[in-house]
Amino acid sequence: MSTSNEWPLWEIFIRGQHGLSHRHVGSLHAPDAEMAIKNARDVYTRRNEGVSIWAVEAHHIAASSPEEKGSLYEPSNDKVYRHPTFFDIPDEVGAM
Amino acid sequence: MSDPLFEYLCRMGDNTLVLGHRVSEWCGVAPVLEEDIALANTALDLIGQTQLWLGLAGEVEGKGRDADKLAYHRDVWDFRNVLLVEQPNGDFGRTMMRQFLFDGWHLAYLKALTASSNDRIAAIAEKSVKEVTYHFERSTDTVIGLGDGTEESHRRMQDALDRLWPYVGEMFLSDDVDAAMIAQGIAPDPTALRGAYDTQLDGILAEATLTKPADNFTHKGGKTGVRHTEHLGHILTQMQWLQRAYPDATW
Repeated sequence: MSTSNEWPLWEIFIRGQHGLSHRHVGSLHAPDAEMAIKNARDVYTRRNEGVSIWAVEAHHIAASSPEEKGSLYEPSNDKVYRHPTFFDIPDEVGAM
Repeated sequence: MSDPLFEYLCRMGDNTLVLGHRVSEWCGVAPVLEEDIALANTALDLIGQTQLWLGLAGEVEGKGRDADKLAYHRDVWDFRNVLLVEQPNGDFGRTMMRQFLFDGWHLAYLKALTASSNDRIAAIAEKSVKEVTYHFERSTDTVIGLGDGTEESHRRMQDALDRLWPYVGEMFLSDDVDAAMIAQGIAPDPTALRGAYDTQLDGILAEATLTKPADNFTHKGGKTGVRHTEHLGHILTQMQWLQRAYPDATW
């Protein structure tokens, strides 16, 4: 099925309903952007999942490296004051 | 000849049934996963349309036959699909060329059919147009992509076009059944759709760098049921084997 000169990989993002943001749903292969959208329609929206599709060629996505997790994420571990957990929320505000 | 409306509905339903079955033969063996799923979706759309067309045909006939009975309990000479849709899949390119040639006719025909004087038929056409619009977009893109692709893909697409071209004309032939439908405002005259089909086709083939065969010879005999190709019998033995071996089996 796969060959060395296969189509580029695309990451697919689908918006489930109006108002929600696009979510990553998976990836697929396609020769160009137009076919990536069409393939995404066929692969990922067969059961009424979406109202909007984004396709991004995978190599265009800049990703953080797992080895950097110490410097990237640990500094925020001890900064509890960044979480708004010290406030009393009035009932009238409802769910936040 | 039986009731022309029944005959007509069988033509519509048999086109989608036989093509739907042909396309489903790719399930699990298409060249790439994405195309495999896309082809299966197309096949399912067509089988869904078949249920509507043959379901209505059974009602019109009024002999207690439903869509399943019509699909699985008839033999070759009862089928009314055009010869194009029963042609073997060949390679992926030929399958997509067959789809493209059919979709172009199918979409134009269904669009005209949404104005049918018969509400049930207009409603089926309306639903089908949405599905077939996508089929046609996809097959058009693929024909252009492969036609104007590598040397090998171009050669295969040109071979496919040369091979299938003689089956295009039958979709636009008009006979007594069509005349009866036209007279009642039920369906359009297929011959009237040929001009626009050719214009559209020429544009797409030019983009695909493919050459339309000069010879307009047309095989016929599918939609009248007079002379199917040898391929239809083979499809039916596979498609109908379960109902033949275990009549009226259900699950």
